Amino acid sequence: MSEMTDQEKQLVTWLADMNEDDAFALAKKMLLEEGANPMRVLDLCRQAMDIVGKRFEQGEYFLPELVLAGEMLENIGAVAKPLIKQGPGGEPKKLAKVLIGTVHGDLHDIGKNIVTFMLDINGFEVKDIGIDVPVKTFVDEINEFKPDVVGLSGFLTLAFDSMKETIAAIQEAGLRNKLKIMIGGGQVDEAVRNYTGADAFGTNAIEAVSLCKNWMGVAA
Amino acid sequence: MNAPKTYVQSPEAKAAYDKRWQRIMDCVALKQPDRMPTAMFCTFYLAKFGGITNRELMYNDVKATEIAERALLELEPDCYNPLVLNVAMGPVLEALDYKQLIWPGHGVGDHQPYQYLDREYMKAEEYDEFIFDPTAFYLTKYLPRVLGVFDGMEELPYLPGLHYFRLVGGMRAFAKPRVRAALEKIMKAAEEVERFSNVHIDFTNRMTAQGFPTSHISTSVAPYDLIADYLRGATGTMKDLYRNKNKLLEMLDKAAVFLTKQTIAWSRASGHPVVFFPVHWAPDRFMSQKQFETFWWPSFRKLMINLIDAGVIPMPLWEADCTKRLETIRDIPPGKCIYWFERTDMVKAFEVLGDVVALRGNISPSLLTTGTPDEVDSAVRHLAENVFHKGGKLILDAAFGLPDETPVENARAMYRAARKYAS
Repeated sequence: MSEMTDQEKQLVTWLADMNEDDAFALAKKMLLEEGANPMRVLDLCRQAMDIVGKRFEQGEYFLPELVLAGEMLENIGAVAKPLIKQGPGGEPKKLAKVLIGTVHGDLHDIGKNIVTFMLDINGFEVKDIGIDVPVKTFVDEINEFKPDVVGLSGFLTLAFDSMKETIAAIQEAGLRNKLKIMIGGGQVDEAVRNYTGADAFGTNAIEAVSLCKNWMGVAA
Repeated sequence: MNAPKTYVQSPEAKAAYDKRWQRIMDCVALKQPDRMPTAMFCTFYLAKFGGITNRELMYNDVKATEIAERALLELEPDCYNPLVLNVAMGPVLEALDYKQLIWPGHGVGDHQPYQYLDREYMKAEEYDEFIFDPTAFYLTKYLPRVLGVFDGMEELPYLPGLHYFRLVGGMRAFAKPRVRAALEKIMKAAEEVERFSNVHIDFTNRMTAQGFPTSHISTSVAPYDLIADYLRGATGTMKDLYRNKNKLLEMLDKAAVFLTKQTIAWSRASGHPVVFFPVHWAPDRFMSQKQFETFWWPSFRKLMINLIDAGVIPMPLWEADCTKRLETIRDIPPGKCIYWFERTDMVKAFEVLGDVVALRGNISPSLLTTGTPDEVDSAVRHLAENVFHKGGKLILDAAFGLPDETPVENARAMYRAARKYAS
């Protein structure tokens, strides 16, 4: 991590402390008035999100902070991204690819979105394919995106069968041993993991990040 | 109109009814009942039990009623949720053009349950308007957004302040074509709601005559959940904790007042003292303890105290895991409420709350849907031995009612085991 100026430290602190108005005003000033490097500002945002993620893991932050952090990141990104002149390649290398979606029949997405956000700020390349995802779409997307991990999300009890069917189809397509599968949602537990044939289950975003890191051999 | 019939209750049925009801009321009063009571709550499980599709259950109230009656007579719980009211509402939802839900036959497949559409039905910049005059906001903004039949009512004039000849002239608004059309549609839809309500009342009358009390008739909502689920949306409200903190607090205070009025009125109209509160946003993992104690709990506690003072028995279903909240939610008068827990460890809940509230729950949904009858039996036995027989006033039920996919033999096993280990 490069040395930070006082102004940069201030931006990171305000973002990490959920001081949205001040953080956004400062980021805008840096980008639009002072000609700051947009890649640098986005890197500061990422550093702030690391702190947010840690506070979430430590039980200081909860869902409201993750939702607000995601929105702050998006708003600053909307200002910064059009200013980026250099081509791709400057982005840090991602740890692994994760494909995530809510299984068919289930329309819930808050948990899935939080998991996507946490994986993203922890260095994973995440492709979120939405809600009520048909079995075939999962298989097609796996062929296309070639993920290391597939995350199946679901809140309703009907999701148990949808997860089981999705995993069976992945198996049938000959893709099962190329990836790890995690399931998550309010009703998921060891009995459901066993029923569906997933490799692991999690009931919150931290568990999802730990599972992916463990599977990829990264220190959690 | 299909007025509900009157059914004769035999002396045996009356005795059975009274015994069942007494068990529940003994639990509420923290007295030892003659045995561990059971409750039954389900929605689309009835489709599984009766071998029909969820869509048929939503649209055919004759079949829904017949299956619900069969399920009650077979499983014999001590109380049950208003079964028909919670499922056979396809025609009513169609009549109202209800937009917050999609249901089998209307947006989801025939075998799926209905699902709520979590959206912003009130914008962040509308807090002041809502807080100043919730009724006007409902009439001209909220209802037209969520019920198609109210489309046009946004053209109503602002009523407070109309006076003298301005009052006379103000009535001209009711001649506007869109307002007239809305009023006509509302009246027509209301007739369907009336018809459906009578189906429900007829069903509960019939079950009362056969000795089965309902656990509750009315449902209400915690102030925070009203705002998060039905007005601002889940993530909208989470952001409001930071962006619109003071307005949210003001609205929570106001909601506690109007929900008190409404809940008491509904409880009295239904003739049933217990009011059900599905609690969505209290769980440990959703917000910090400080946020819970600032935003969630005070307005709900105020509402519960108001209801208790009016003789209503609040029955919150604390969804997900609320272990960290137990000490906080203990702060209510003893012997007045039923606390139903979903994933909170019931033994722990008993240790913290056993001298304050009756408990309800909580056989795991994954066990009920994927386990064996023997495993279900063991889970019931665990709760009976570690809660009820240790003095906990436990009403045995599934964690949030019977999951839709529960194999019938597992549901049977749960109620059979509850009787086996009941005394």
